[in-house]
Amino acid sequence: MWPELARAALTRHPLRTWLAVLGVAVSAALLLDMVMLATGMRDSFAELYLKKGFPLRVAPKGTLPFDTEATIGGASALRAEIEGGALIGRVSPVLGLTLHHIEARTAAASTVLGFGLDPRVQGDYELVTGTDMDASPAASPVRVVVNAPLLTRLGKRVGDTLTLAAAYDPQLRTTRGRLVARVVGEVRFLYTPPASPVVAMPLAALQGVHPGGPDRVSLFMVEARDTSRVEEARAWIERTAPRVSAISTTTAMVQVEQRLSYFRQLAFILGSISLAIGFLLVTTLVTVSVNERIGEIAVLRAIGVSKRHVVQQIVTEGAVLSIAGAIGGLALGLATARVLNRILSDFPGLPAAFDFFRFEPRAAWVSLGLLMLAGIAAGVYPAWRAASLPVAQTLREEAVG
Amino acid sequence: MTAVVLDAEQVERTYAQAERGARGVTAVRGVSLRVHAGEYVALVGPSGCGKSTMLNLLGAIDVPTAGRVLLDGIDVRTLGDREATRLRLERVGFVFQRFYLMPTLTAAENVELPMAEAGVARRERASRARELLGYVGLGDRADHRPAQLSGGEQQRVAIARALANRPALVLADEPTGELDAATGDDIIALFERLNADGTTLVVVTHDERLATAARRVVHMKDGRIVDDRVVRPLLGRTA
Ligand SMILES: Nc1ncnc2c1ncn2[C@@H]1O[C@H](COP(=O)(O)OP(=O)(O)OP(=O)(O)O)[C@@H](O)[C@H]1O
Ligand SMILES: [Mg+2]
Repeated sequence: MWPELARAALTRHPLRTWLAVLGVAVSAALLLDMVMLATGMRDSFAELYLKKGFPLRVAPKGTLPFDTEATIGGASALRAEIEGGALIGRVSPVLGLTLHHIEARTAAASTVLGFGLDPRVQGDYELVTGTDMDASPAASPVRVVVNAPLLTRLGKRVGDTLTLAAAYDPQLRTTRGRLVARVVGEVRFLYTPPASPVVAMPLAALQGVHPGGPDRVSLFMVEARDTSRVEEARAWIERTAPRVSAISTTTAMVQVEQRLSYFRQLAFILGSISLAIGFLLVTTLVTVSVNERIGEIAVLRAIGVSKRHVVQQIVTEGAVLSIAGAIGGLALGLATARVLNRILSDFPGLPAAFDFFRFEPRAAWVSLGLLMLAGIAAGVYPAWRAASLPVAQTLREEAVG
Repeated sequence: MTAVVLDAEQVERTYAQAERGARGVTAVRGVSLRVHAGEYVALVGPSGCGKSTMLNLLGAIDVPTAGRVLLDGIDVRTLGDREATRLRLERVGFVFQRFYLMPTLTAAENVELPMAEAGVARRERASRARELLGYVGLGDRADHRPAQLSGGEQQRVAIARALANRPALVLADEPTGELDAATGDDIIALFERLNADGTTLVVVTHDERLATAARRVVHMKDGRIVDDRVVRPLLGRTA
């Protein structure tokens, strides 16, 4: 009987009910997206930093990681020194340099980002097709791996040859530090922006053309032998090699967290607003629906239906609206997050593997659960008010059909 | 002597005025009325004399500002909302001038409603609803909604609903007020049958024919009872 009455109350004005559900869905979607934004960026950073399992970054003192200008000299000695540490696992050197690609026939030049890496311990890319480069710098032409944007930009395929130079004078059309390379594989770089063309080659090959001289690297990515002693390993590196600074991903995460806290606050406020909107929407609809049925409710009370049952029935209406809205909002929120992620993936300066929005089930259930609770709470006041009206007086004033 | 179902003693009801300072309206002034089981009472009188107010007090949907109403021996004023609601559910059946059926429920569901509230099992209340609809002559309209029924049919559904929980007392306020003469006669006949089958009835009416069908007629004027007489003795006592 009560479900029938609640259902009837909702189906009496189907358009209105659908609009209300849609409204709740929109606010639920916004809420969900805000939660996904708040957690997604942080998780994404953490995952990205730890993807290849190098929790420490060693860079020249006073620079940020990925600052390609600053380099560390005497790299091989330093690498050996760090690798000698009892707490240290693998050490992966990284040298970054802007390169110029010279098209052999037209002599047209375009810039690409070059990485010098040790392929045995690299933590920068994942192979997509072809083969990985090998460690020997002696091969000529040098075997390199590149990403998809580079292939598209230069109109090349795996197997083709590239002519690269460390310096290029556009007036005189002269180059310095020339290097001929064969593309052996296509890879995806984790830390570079998705659209930038990137080439990676054995470290020694790039060091050979680096204007700063040989035996330099931009940074080392360092693994701790024991994952619970990262901080000790970090302190040890800084003590042993005072000219570099070691940053652990935890420290980096703290910095990232601080910067992201603005986003999180924004997401929190907007999320709260959408929750409030959902609440007000359900309250409004339930109030309107109840006011329409004041007479009916008075009749129910007159013939002996308890206040509790009247309230239950009305609250059910609000609950159904908000549950339907929350389900719709889940779908809508995921769809918008996907679109927004795609749009924002072109955000300049961010790694390709970075997500702004990330679906984390627990956060999603918590936020949608909150919305449903708000929807249930929204019905309580109008329901209680209607059920508490004086019966005789209301019957007299509100004749029903 | 049969049991007293209703006992109103020196009942008064004053409505407070909305505007500040204005005097309240006293709709019922010191009315005493005793109704025994099996009686059929018509409450008549000019418009505004307090009949509906009195009926609401007798049915525990309103509380007197002075005096007391005993329903089945229980003083209504001592009850909290929950107990008063339960008392209405189990002991009183209401029939309204404008039927007041739930528009979204079928005839059978409308009759089942008070039984569902009283906790009667689904199967039992469905069969009793059919039985009651049969009793009021609507056995074949059980699945129709109020909008698909005529006024007279709706009022018969409302009467079936009033009888759902086997009340000690049925109260009706102008039950023929919205109906034409012929349809009204059907309802009057139904009330007579109801009373003959043992239901205690108090009916407020302007309808001369309905009033003459009652066994006892109570006249009200200006919130007071001015005449109270048995026009036909109770069936039980004549036979
Ligand atoms: N809620 C109220 N507030 C103020 N005055 C009221 C209220 N209800 C009823 N009255 C007044 O009380 C008096 C009695 O009203 P009541 O409805 O009981 O009369 P009645 O005998 O049923 O009339 P009718 O035959 O027209 O239905 C009237 O003067 C009416 O205006
Ligand atoms: Mg009246």
